Amino acid sequence: MVRLEEHKTEAENKAIEKMPQPSRVYIPLSQHLGKICSPEVKIGDSVFVGQRIGSVQAHVYAPVHASVSGKVTFVQDWPHPALGRCKAIVIESDGKDNNSRTYEPTNLRTEIGEFTPEKIKKIVLEAGIVGMGGASFPTHIKLNPPKPVDTLIINGAECEPYLTGDYRLMVEKTKEILQGIELVARCLGVKQIYIAIEDNKPEAIKQFGVRSSQFLVKVLKSQYPQGGEKQLIKNILGKEVPSGKLPFDIGIVVHNVATVFAVYEAVYLNKPLYERVVTVTGSCISNPKNLLVRIGTPIKDLIDFCGPLKEEPAKIIIGGPMMGIAQFSDKVPVIKSTTGVLLFNEKEASFNEELPCIRCGACVRECPIFLMPTLISLASQKELWSQAKIYGASDCIECGLCNYVCPANIRLVQNIKRAKLEVIR
Amino acid sequence: MKSKLIVNVSPHLHKDESVSKIMWMVVISLIPAGVAGVLIFGLDALWVILLGIVSALITEWIIQLLTKRRVTILDGSAFLTGLLLAYNLPAKVPFWLPVVGSFFAIAIGKQVFGGLGQNIFNPALVGRVFLVASWPKYMTTFTPPQNFDAITSATPLAIIKEGRILEKISYLNLFFGNRGGCIGEVCIFALVLGALFLFIRGYISWHIPITYTVVVGLFTYIFGQKGLFTPPLRAGAGFGGDWLLHILSGGLILGAFFMATDYVTSPLTRCGQIIFGIGCGLITAIIRLWGGYPEGVSYAILMMNAATPIIDRYTKNRIYGTKI
Ligand code: SF4
Ligand code: SF4
Repeated sequence: MVRLEEHKTEAENKAIEKMPQPSRVYIPLSQHLGKICSPEVKIGDSVFVGQRIGSVQAHVYAPVHASVSGKVTFVQDWPHPALGRCKAIVIESDGKDNNSRTYEPTNLRTEIGEFTPEKIKKIVLEAGIVGMGGASFPTHIKLNPPKPVDTLIINGAECEPYLTGDYRLMVEKTKEILQGIELVARCLGVKQIYIAIEDNKPEAIKQFGVRSSQFLVKVLKSQYPQGGEKQLIKNILGKEVPSGKLPFDIGIVVHNVATVFAVYEAVYLNKPLYERVVTVTGSCISNPKNLLVRIGTPIKDLIDFCGPLKEEPAKIIIGGPMMGIAQFSDKVPVIKSTTGVLLFNEKEASFNEELPCIRCGACVRECPIFLMPTLISLASQKELWSQAKIYGASDCIECGLCNYVCPANIRLVQNIKRAKLEVIR
Repeated sequence: MKSKLIVNVSPHLHKDESVSKIMWMVVISLIPAGVAGVLIFGLDALWVILLGIVSALITEWIIQLLTKRRVTILDGSAFLTGLLLAYNLPAKVPFWLPVVGSFFAIAIGKQVFGGLGQNIFNPALVGRVFLVASWPKYMTTFTPPQNFDAITSATPLAIIKEGRILEKISYLNLFFGNRGGCIGEVCIFALVLGALFLFIRGYISWHIPITYTVVVGLFTYIFGQKGLFTPPLRAGAGFGGDWLLHILSGGLILGAFFMATDYVTSPLTRCGQIIFGIGCGLITAIIRLWGGYPEGVSYAILMMNAATPIIDRYTKNRIYGTKI
């Protein structure tokens, strides 16, 4: 693991700011792992905030909801931050923010106390909650592991440079997150609960340390990729997830703080997942911010809101700089897994030419999974899939660290990802 | 908004490091040893060094032109090979010797394998052993240090090998390079300075060089002159080998810290590197004590270079979530 330059100071002290409603939202029908939703509204239909507008019959899926009230104007293919393109429902906002809530927010602790795990899981499914740290795996499935689990880890590590959204949530919404943790814990029936925070977030550590007694706050060194599930489990519990297995196989479930906050909002406020915190930062942005944004808002609106630009961006990244995805256009909308929007200038965006491997071993030393990235990459380039498999290609978590340290600028992750797909096939 | 945004795969951050930076850092770390060599042996040494470097660069340039590959003579790698080759030559050699050596190092040692990163053997050492095999006389005629009341032009190890008694040479003389030898290998002090620089900047680790040096020291201590097997075998004969002499003389420090550590030709994992270091140490000590050469560093490193693919195969890291 490596300590990266953090670039967090730009936005970390900016309180979460509610961004004004956009005039139009583009809500992709796939914002999760699993089956894509089918639209449940037609062009011309009126929708209210939080109305379910897409769903599907499947095990792995999450419904999508309208994030503004207004009229459906299109259902069409639209740029998507992770998939390239995807069918999206376009809603023209009427600016009224008409709400769908059929009853008042549940504030009474006593009432919540009666919520059975079954009920909570149902609410989470209906609210369309997915893992908000970037993986976007439907949360209701992770609340329903096929085997009993005894340990819950709440991931507040936020190890990607630049991003500060989780940090702001932890500082500003500590109580709510703790309530969310309680709900998740109730679903899972766990005994041990850890909250993992990197040591570069003293304020968050303080908040949680003061407020939570049933939970153990684990302070981790800030280094990348500390927030990876496998790293958290190893560094907190000293256990390793067996190769090819998932954390629940060894009785552990990991949830991100933002996800837990969404669970809180869904259960206590009866609010589906239609907005989230997004960090907008990068050297081109003059006013870096942590914005509470409606899902479906084009990132251009976010950029304008944080403007004016200091310089023309040469690269726009959605997510963090290590695992995020560079975008072809600023038309892509914010989706449930959008943690940040980064604008890099020409210099930061430039990348050097790929050279032959000089076998310096840096990638081998830094790989958090203890793989030999250069050898997998070589096997992949030669299409020797069985060799790539022996080297453990399928265990790669795609953290990008090998690529980061490589002096020869070899596109290791790209090559390893390819091998991974072939090996799985 | 720019009409064309740059789109590439993650990660979007890169460490400020590059192949050429690494190469030039190693070159910088070798400067003190070169300066010492010139001070000790005179301007002849400087000419050998310059010829070695220039002909390495020209060879690389011509081969890359002929094979229509991109010309990369500024990446520091050919420069380093030429420099190391010259450091492994005596100061008073005919001018064509470094030229031929560098040509051989680059052409056969590096480019035949496909260029940077592809070679199995350390190119500079390939050049050197070629010269030793072809012109042994030039390669073993050492100049005495010019400004000191020179003891002898033969190297300490050669004297021991011939069974003569080594006189009047103190460890301090060895440490500062007051002895016969190759240009870049004699001044241990300067080499240690350079090696420290590389350690501090993280370009080399202890695994190969320290293991290598310690194994040579231990082995010669146990088995060297006055050591366990020195006849007559008397009772109580023990560990009396002159280990410090073995560490300080010959090309051990130059080899262990600057050539055995060559990334391309040494193992990838730390565990593999320790095995590599032990192997180099054993082979060097065995050649010195019982073999035909007084030296042994070049051959030891080349042999372990050849073993590197096998070492790599058997020293894979344990992957997270698996048992060994
Ligand atoms: S091989 Fe995979 S897990 Fe290892 S550093 Fe590279 S991207 Fe990360
Ligand atoms: S970091 Fe790059 S140059 Fe070094 S061994 Fe890995 S792939 Fe090769």
